[in-house]
Amino acid sequence: MSETRAQNAIDVQGAVKRFGSFTALKNISLHIRDNEFFTLLGPSGCGKTTLLRIIAGFEEVTDGRILLYGDEIEALPPNRRPVNTVFQNYALFPHMNVLENVSFGLEMLGQAKAAARARAGEMLELVRLEQFAERRPAQLSGGQQQRVALARALAPQPKVLLLDEPLSALDLKLRKAMRLELKHLQRETGIAFVFVTHDQEEALTMSDRIAVMSEGELQQVGEAREIYERPRNRFVADFIGETNLLEVSVTGSADGSSRCRLDGGQELTCDAVEGVEAGAHVHLSIRPERLFTSQEPQRADVLTGTVVENLFTGTGISTIVALPDGPTLTVRSSNSERGSKRIIAPGQECCINMEAGAGRLLID
Amino acid sequence: MAQGKLDIRSYRGFRALTFLCLVILYAPLVVVTVYSFNDSNSITTWDGLSLRWYVDVFTGPESAKFKTAAVNSFVIAITAATVSTVIATLAATGMIRAGRFRLRTLSFGLISLPLMVPEIVTAVATLIFFNAIALERGLLSIVLAHIVFCIPFAYLPISARMQGIEADCEQAALDLYATRRQAFTRILLPLMTPGIVSGFLLAFIVSLDDFIITNFVKGAGVETLPTAIFGAVKRGIQPNIMAISTLLLGVSVVLVTLSYFVSKSDSPK
Amino acid sequence: MAAGAAGGGVTSDTYKAARPWLLLPAWSVLALLSLAPVLMMLVYSFLTKEFRGGVIWEFSLAAYDQFFFDRGLFGDEPPKIQWTYLAIFWRSIWQAGSATLMSLLIGFPTAYFIATRPARQRPVWVFLITIPYWVNLLIRTVSMKFLLREQGPLNDFLLFTGVIDSPLQIVNTNLAVQLGLFYSYLPFMVLPIYAAVERYDFALSEAAADLYASKWTTLRRILLPAIRPGVIAGCILVFVPSLGSFLAPDLLGGARNFMIGSLIEEQFKGNAGNWPFGAATSMILLSMVLVILLLFARQQARSENRGRG
Repeated sequence: MSETRAQNAIDVQGAVKRFGSFTALKNISLHIRDNEFFTLLGPSGCGKTTLLRIIAGFEEVTDGRILLYGDEIEALPPNRRPVNTVFQNYALFPHMNVLENVSFGLEMLGQAKAAARARAGEMLELVRLEQFAERRPAQLSGGQQQRVALARALAPQPKVLLLDEPLSALDLKLRKAMRLELKHLQRETGIAFVFVTHDQEEALTMSDRIAVMSEGELQQVGEAREIYERPRNRFVADFIGETNLLEVSVTGSADGSSRCRLDGGQELTCDAVEGVEAGAHVHLSIRPERLFTSQEPQRADVLTGTVVENLFTGTGISTIVALPDGPTLTVRSSNSERGSKRIIAPGQECCINMEAGAGRLLID
Repeated sequence: MAQGKLDIRSYRGFRALTFLCLVILYAPLVVVTVYSFNDSNSITTWDGLSLRWYVDVFTGPESAKFKTAAVNSFVIAITAATVSTVIATLAATGMIRAGRFRLRTLSFGLISLPLMVPEIVTAVATLIFFNAIALERGLLSIVLAHIVFCIPFAYLPISARMQGIEADCEQAALDLYATRRQAFTRILLPLMTPGIVSGFLLAFIVSLDDFIITNFVKGAGVETLPTAIFGAVKRGIQPNIMAISTLLLGVSVVLVTLSYFVSKSDSPK
Repeated sequence: MAAGAAGGGVTSDTYKAARPWLLLPAWSVLALLSLAPVLMMLVYSFLTKEFRGGVIWEFSLAAYDQFFFDRGLFGDEPPKIQWTYLAIFWRSIWQAGSATLMSLLIGFPTAYFIATRPARQRPVWVFLITIPYWVNLLIRTVSMKFLLREQGPLNDFLLFTGVIDSPLQIVNTNLAVQLGLFYSYLPFMVLPIYAAVERYDFALSEAAADLYASKWTTLRRILLPAIRPGVIAGCILVFVPSLGSFLAPDLLGGARNFMIGSLIEEQFKGNAGNWPFGAATSMILLSMVLVILLLFARQQARSENRGRG
């Protein structure tokens, strides 16, 4: 991977942010590439919004540097940074109409009013709101306000667009539609988007790359698939999607595979992970959809247990299986003919088959 | 739903007491207003409707006195309300839009000090202070005293409004390349307008209505409407006093109603 | 998430750099014209009186001496407590307390009733309660006097309906002063209680009813403790201005129902003309008020902590 600085839209180098005695960011370094949809994902209070506000210029870093296409910007006030923000509650100016809102940034940059209005009109076309130019923000629906906020932030052609949980105020259906729209807008404009969310599904569907944050630290940075399938640690595995976490001890490694033993004595094989050596006591993450139950073993890696309960979830069936010696596993099968055939009544013994590569060893 | 026996919120008699409360609050005002239209020379007997006492207020023997007092009252109220509204707007910005700071609680205490000190004490203190600094008692001394107690009344609606405006609004302006000054004049101030108007009106009413402090700090011969009315009432309630009281009452009610609708209008949320 | 922005009424730090300039006008005006005068009044209370108003710049305890002791603390005979002025203070407390109680009895049900109206009606009710407050206090007191007069509309009405046979003499009694104070400050009782009831979670009342509490028990054991800070605030907002009031006792009470306000006024505007004594009396009144407010602030802080705990 080339690390040419000029190609990165944003470089965060050793950013630290303290509010009094509370440390919101603990030495964060990351790169956001040109023309990429980059997501900061984490639970509330993890520091993702603080990092976004630092890039926008609303907070100062306590320590560290922020580069925008190679230029240091951490000392610039927000009105001198060619970076715009879509706020969580949109922050549309209630006393101005839609067109005035969208042209505000251009006017502040010194553009003539007429030119600014014309450009604002184009932006409204881009978000398909040209017929609402004269309306006040309060007269628009949530989704429309959202698109005005987008148009307003994109109008001055920022080098990077920052989005602070912009979809959180919308209902589920609208949110799903807006995901697509945002993704398209990003492709069309070619501007790097930095998107903050606590919704892992949102992050997985939209992002080129995701940075998972927790307690002011980066947990993992990577593409969506990589983060879902090869979580680096327990936090990431647990936070993204549903998973089974099993305590195991690694008994040996060979040919890129590790053998690990569960507390009850059963054994499994999974991909070796750098830093997890034989004798280590770690957690193993297995996604429930990568397991299936059967009467007889059907895969190389099989555990046996007793079915506790079958839960109908609409799209599927979750089977909870108790392993000997304590831990339980969740197994998910699709709500299809094939899936339904595999259901085993509670109380019966069953085999849990694991697809190859489904188990992931975690560095705690 | 209110009437149901199962409604645990409603208590028998509370509705009646509420209406009693409103009757108590309005009865004296209504009675004075009604009697101000009395055609009689005496305040006790009712001789039918007439505007004669209003005519008397404007053209009668005491009209010159009332006119001077009214002009004084309005000049003082406009000056005091304007100055206190400007001070309160700046102070609210400093208190609410400028981060936390150590002297904040103290500043708030200072702003609300005129509300906590009993009026008569403020009157005494101000009189003594003006005496000590040898400030001549007249219109200026009244205006200065009024500015002080108008500040908290102007501050309350202004700060309430400011707290209702999301900080995101100015941050969005800054993000869109506005300077702080532009963010203040183009975003915050327009959004604040209803609060500022409401604060100005309240300050105006409070100044117009003040009797006790004015009575202490005014010089001999300088009268405002309330001091003139008080002087007249001390000699006995006359019908023309009821008419002028009704006029002043009307001004207050109109201004308060205006302030109420202004502050309600165009709410930021 | 921006930890600095939350709570305390501060909503942003956009104008941090300009803060001193924004606050300077308020600070200077209030320090010069509100704080300094009170301090100057304290100084004056320890000066020697000049006849017909004003002071001589000579330290003296005479004002406080006159207030508390008969024949002087420094006289030949042993000092005796002077009851004249203490009695006036006591009467003021009694009058203000009665007015507060009357306001509570009417104001609480009103506040409760308003707070349980549908949300859209409430501002209108609150507005109706506040309008009279904004009408000139002098005019309201005069109106009250007019209403209560021996030949006034109230007596006319009561005679007409046959409730009484001969007109009631209300003006120039303690009751008239109490009614005047009650009327002057009633809105102050309603508003804080209203605010407290509006915040109250009625699910608590439902829970109490579910656990077999009667309505009145629920009111007493569940609602009242929850809204106590509002009730106390209302009582203080009525009691404090009543204590130092001048207009109601002066216009409605007559010569025999003197209160602190009139005592003070007389030292400056009336015949007594004793400025140091007036300043000392004002200081004593101010101290009482500040003690009440301080106790109140402590109580509010405590209940706030409890709410958070």
